[in-house]
Amino acid sequence: MSIWEYANPTKFLRTSARVMPTLWVASAVLIIGGLIWGFFFTPDDFRQGSTVKIIYLHVPAALMAINAWFMMLVASLIWVIRRHHVSALAAKAAAPVGIAMTLIALITGALWGQPMWGTWWAWDPRLTSFLVLFLFYLGYVALWEAIDNPDTAADLTSILCLVGSVFAVLSRYAVNFWNQGLHQGASLSLDAEKNVADIFAYPLWTCMTGFILLFIVLVLYRTGTEIRQRRIQALVAREKLEA
Amino acid sequence: MIALLLRDLQLAFRAGGGFGLGLAFFLIVTVMVPFSVGPNSATLGTIAPGVLWLGALLACLLSLDRLLALDWEDGSLDLLATAPLPLEGVLAVKALAHWMTTGLPLVLAAPVLGVLLNLAPDGFAWITLSLLIGTPALSMIGTFGAALTVGLRRGGLLLSLLVMPLYVPTLIFGAEAARRGAAGFATETALLMLAGITAGTLACMPFAAAAVLRVNLR
Amino acid sequence: MTLRITDLSLARGGVPVLAGLSFTLAPGRALILRGPNGVGKTTLLRTVAGLQPPLSGAIEGAEDQVAYCGHSDGLKLGLTVTENLRFWAQIFGQRDIEPALQAFALIGLHNRPAGGLSAGQKRRLALARMMVTGRRIWVLDEPTVSLDAASVALFASAVEAHLATGGAALLATHIDLGLQGDVLDLGPFKAKVPVSDGFDEVFL
Repeated sequence: MSIWEYANPTKFLRTSARVMPTLWVASAVLIIGGLIWGFFFTPDDFRQGSTVKIIYLHVPAALMAINAWFMMLVASLIWVIRRHHVSALAAKAAAPVGIAMTLIALITGALWGQPMWGTWWAWDPRLTSFLVLFLFYLGYVALWEAIDNPDTAADLTSILCLVGSVFAVLSRYAVNFWNQGLHQGASLSLDAEKNVADIFAYPLWTCMTGFILLFIVLVLYRTGTEIRQRRIQALVAREKLEA
Repeated sequence: MIALLLRDLQLAFRAGGGFGLGLAFFLIVTVMVPFSVGPNSATLGTIAPGVLWLGALLACLLSLDRLLALDWEDGSLDLLATAPLPLEGVLAVKALAHWMTTGLPLVLAAPVLGVLLNLAPDGFAWITLSLLIGTPALSMIGTFGAALTVGLRRGGLLLSLLVMPLYVPTLIFGAEAARRGAAGFATETALLMLAGITAGTLACMPFAAAAVLRVNLR
Repeated sequence: MTLRITDLSLARGGVPVLAGLSFTLAPGRALILRGPNGVGKTTLLRTVAGLQPPLSGAIEGAEDQVAYCGHSDGLKLGLTVTENLRFWAQIFGQRDIEPALQAFALIGLHNRPAGGLSAGQKRRLALARMMVTGRRIWVLDEPTVSLDAASVALFASAVEAHLATGGAALLATHIDLGLQGDVLDLGPFKAKVPVSDGFDEVFL
């Protein structure tokens, strides 16, 4: 059996319905467990105090904000090449989840930055890149919403996703270049991986795994909703044809 | 292809073609800036390269929705798609015509408007050069955006939303080059990156634009 | 250069409209499409012109042979009659626009901007455009809209001249043009409710 069998909407719905309960429970356990572990059973950072603990939300959300776009890119490519409807719908379903993750990352970052840097926002390359990513997500979702014909929308958004990915990478480099320009060098950097000791890392890994599972289950769930919506549209169209 | 270019230029210059609107918009935006940030010459001089770049970008953006929409409405786009010209070529020519009627005048006007903003003497050459290199990319990316939204109601606003993020790298490198030049720093890296983006855009975007236009025409 | 349509199925806005359509259009012949509104005449013509892909089936002999004239005139109102026509002639790699001006009685109007023409005159200009394309197969969608009786006669004789030189024409029209040609009623090819194939069928 080939993997493309899952591109059959019926098969997709059946399989995803079977795995979703497990995924819901697993992601909930991992995220809640990881957060409790991180919030209550790790010491305060000697420099940052307890504010560092927002890392358990911030880093996993940031991770998924980028990976969601990656997943959309892959799904768009599959639609462009193999024209499986489920793939296009999965890309559509992932975008709002990606927006939510980006927003969580930006907001938790601001909450963290206020006590640490004394400012809610700084035009640090990392922060700026996330803001730009957020704009790309907005454009992508807006294009889906603007087009009536679902196949046309799938085609156009796929190409936008491909082109957008190239420009998103370019923007990342441009932003890196830009903030070492006339401005003073990046005095605020938050490179989580480097300054996280093991004792913080284990709950962080737990939360990240939880967020990955949460993303997967949300996308499966939302794709199912999109498939059902398409079915309703198709049934209405069929009724018109019969009349 | 040359016939198409000439026709587009002719249409832009004829009455109602909208030639000069982008330029006038550029002027207005630049004049509004001192009203909003205050008349302090030092402040204006610092932000001048960025303001000129942003103004040029917005002027470019505003004229994009006419780029394909007029041909779409009167049916010419269908006819061009059935013509022996490759659609990629048609769109590249349309982008070129857009640049010649919108981008190039902006490039030429930028130094003049730089005077109004108290641009540093060193900056004039760099703002002109960076705009000259960068504006073709703005037109080409904009053509892709116009092809994406051509058949849509309320396409204009959506077009801005889609195109702006794509403009980010061009704006950053272009404005950076102008800013460094005005401050007397080295500009090579920024200019080379800008030229790279423009070259890559001109090479690849006609294909992306033609692909989305074909989808929109069917 | 025969146009051969085999087992064609078409969709409009994602909904199948025509299915199992086959016909051939030989040089020197005209084929007139009939059928009620919404049956899919425009969709068929746009597909033959290559503007949209069919759901299934084959179209042979249409590549780079079709000149298409849709509902809209495709004119630039700011340009004169001559400029409009010359532009399309250049695009299609042709030179001579005189015969087209003559055939559609546009000589007297040649210096007028297209924006100053009446609806019928604009339509005549749009049809004259077909003559400067040099293409063998004319695909015309409701060509006689807003034409008066005299202009319809001009159009009919232009099509006849085109057929006489070995061209072909595919028209959707309700007017009897007195053309040497066949009539195809699209009604019987109306798409049935699609049969389930158990895969993507729910989306079609």
